[in-house]
Amino acid sequence: MKIVISASDGKLDAPYAAHFGRAAYFLLLDTESDTWQAVANPAVNASSGAGVQSAQLVVNHGAQAVISGSFGPHAYQILMAAGVPMFVAPAGASPSARQLLDLFKAGQLQQIAAPTTAAGGCHGEEGAAGEGGR
Amino acid sequence: MPRIVVASGKGGTGKTTIATSLALSLDSSRTLLIDCDVEAPNAHLFLQPRLERREEVGMLIPEVDAPRCTACGRCAEVCAYHAVVVIGKRVLVLPQLCHGCGSCAYNCPEQAIRERLDVMGVLEAGPTPSGVCFARGMMQVGEAMASPIIRQLKRWAGDGTSACRQAAQAGLHPDASSDGQPIVILDAPPGVSCPVVETLRGADFALLVTEPTPFGLHDLRLMVDVTRELHIPAGIVINRDGVGDGQVEAYCAAVDLPVLLRIPLERSIGEGIARGEPLVAIRPAYVASFQQLYACVESILMETER
Amino acid sequence: MSRVKQLVILSGKGGTGKTSVTAAFAHLAVGSQPNGLRAVLVDADVDAANLELVLAPERLEMHEFVGGDVAVIDAERCTACGVCVEACRFEALAAPADDRPPQVDPVACEGCAACVYRCPNQAISMQPQLAGHWFRSTTGYGPLIHAALRPGQQNSGKLVTLVKQQARLLALDESYPLLLVDGPPGIGCPVISAAAGADLVLIVTEPTTAGIHDLARVLQTSRHFKLPTLVCVNKADLYPAGTATIKTYCQQEQVELVGCIPFDTVVTQAMVAGVPVTAYADGPVTQALRQVWARVKGSLGLPGA
Repeated sequence: MKIVISASDGKLDAPYAAHFGRAAYFLLLDTESDTWQAVANPAVNASSGAGVQSAQLVVNHGAQAVISGSFGPHAYQILMAAGVPMFVAPAGASPSARQLLDLFKAGQLQQIAAPTTAAGGCHGEEGAAGEGGR
Repeated sequence: MPRIVVASGKGGTGKTTIATSLALSLDSSRTLLIDCDVEAPNAHLFLQPRLERREEVGMLIPEVDAPRCTACGRCAEVCAYHAVVVIGKRVLVLPQLCHGCGSCAYNCPEQAIRERLDVMGVLEAGPTPSGVCFARGMMQVGEAMASPIIRQLKRWAGDGTSACRQAAQAGLHPDASSDGQPIVILDAPPGVSCPVVETLRGADFALLVTEPTPFGLHDLRLMVDVTRELHIPAGIVINRDGVGDGQVEAYCAAVDLPVLLRIPLERSIGEGIARGEPLVAIRPAYVASFQQLYACVESILMETER
Repeated sequence: MSRVKQLVILSGKGGTGKTSVTAAFAHLAVGSQPNGLRAVLVDADVDAANLELVLAPERLEMHEFVGGDVAVIDAERCTACGVCVEACRFEALAAPADDRPPQVDPVACEGCAACVYRCPNQAISMQPQLAGHWFRSTTGYGPLIHAALRPGQQNSGKLVTLVKQQARLLALDESYPLLLVDGPPGIGCPVISAAAGADLVLIVTEPTTAGIHDLARVLQTSRHFKLPTLVCVNKADLYPAGTATIKTYCQQEQVELVGCIPFDTVVTQAMVAGVPVTAYADGPVTQALRQVWARVKGSLGLPGA
């Protein structure tokens, strides 16, 4: 299964990135072959449409599940349309990407049914990377 | 055909108070007031229009004809706002990011994109008891962009050369004597960015309402910059004169901006406006002041023409 | 790790006193029991940014803000065919006179690039446009993140989003528990951006017919985005019947009214003196603001009432 985790750096032990659209990196993990790669997020500093571009990027990489701290409405819409389920890290903790993967495999992460950030700025995504790790 | 925009920069200085009272002081048979503050319109509270004409307004949003779409991605490529996204074989449109530019529809090699009206608000117009013609736009709650609504409102309410003639023909004002030149007064939104600029576009004169306080002065300077950039002559109304300090007056003198009216701070005026009464109803003596103000504007306009 | 709480102050109608209330809260936060409440102050009214006028900031950083792109026509490649003028839906291109290229109105141009794709001679390109600046300053009440949009610019919403992002990063970096945001008037894009992510919206309204009308619009807006909201009435004694109407309205709408602040020229006097009104004088306005602040802090779950 191909799982994507938003991260603050391109390493498995890096803290996860709390806001999907503004993540510095996406870690693409293949649980079958037990391999992974890090992709830098070109939209991290985009003035608008960061969520859209980030969602498109992970869909293009064949993500079958995405894990982050929160998802804005545009990223949410796109991932929903692509049929990719979204999961959020538990609040108040700051696990590494590796720890999040373990939590996911143990079925301990919550799947979301709605965007987790209230309306992103209409011309931009609200949410700096933060809250739980950068 | 004077088009006078009443603007301010800072909110709450009295734009609507001034705009409505100016309209009420002139020949109502040829005066049209357009409330361009489509996010929070208030002029209707003072003019009490009978809103007989109504039209939905919005932006053209793309709609993809799925059978014709080949998911080539050209639409997403040309969209400057990331409002069109291709996911697998599907095209997803994000209306919140769309600016209605039409580029995706034009550039689709399969002609697979239609545009449909995404309603963002409503335009309304009608006569008022005073005889002044009235038009306004009201943006739907939750919508982001005021400018497209303002742009369409101005077109719909009538252009400067035949505002009241058109209004009369459209049944807006059946008694309009179409001999005199129509006067169009536009009540602008607060601020200095795109909705205000959209309101100002095509104006002959900008009547800037300010208060003699540091906030008032700060925002007046910004507003003056805008009018200079748009090459629109401006004049000042100082509202709530007596509160604050003398810096606004000093600034106006320094940059050669005529102060066309001063309204002193009087609690009873504030109370009347709180009740929804126009200034000229609270203090009828101001009718003459507004007529004088208009005469000044006319002479400034004649001078600038030369 | 504790979260940063975000309080956003809105009004709908302009001039109800948002900035004066924000400045008062900034002052009261510092004096909160037991050890003061540290807050990052944000002026999200980027069109007409007034908060700095009462906080005496010292500017530390200035950054450029590039909003969007603007179309630029290469005169050498342009044949003045006028196709771009037809393509533009924003009236940003004036029809060419004689053989000269059309003029681009940089204020009207929305950066959509429709003209770029239409031009048969590839004579148009999009160039980034400096739309304003944002600043980080320090004040006696905490850091202030603010901005100035160049007059006439679009992209207010983007600049507001940027200012809030920077403030939030700062708050997280230096463990500030609170973001105190002075919002813009209206209900459109800049307000939506200012309110995004708020833990609590405080609507400052006034008991005028216009104020009440706009209270309904801004409350609908904040509810549309599912934001917890409180209301307070400024200049409450200016028109007691209006204040009574607001009280009834709030009851009907099940939104909590957390205080009434009397009308008093002391607010303007404090503004002229360049300080928050609560730091300027200790009369009825300050007392009322203290009460509103206490209720707001309680709603946010912040320590020290």
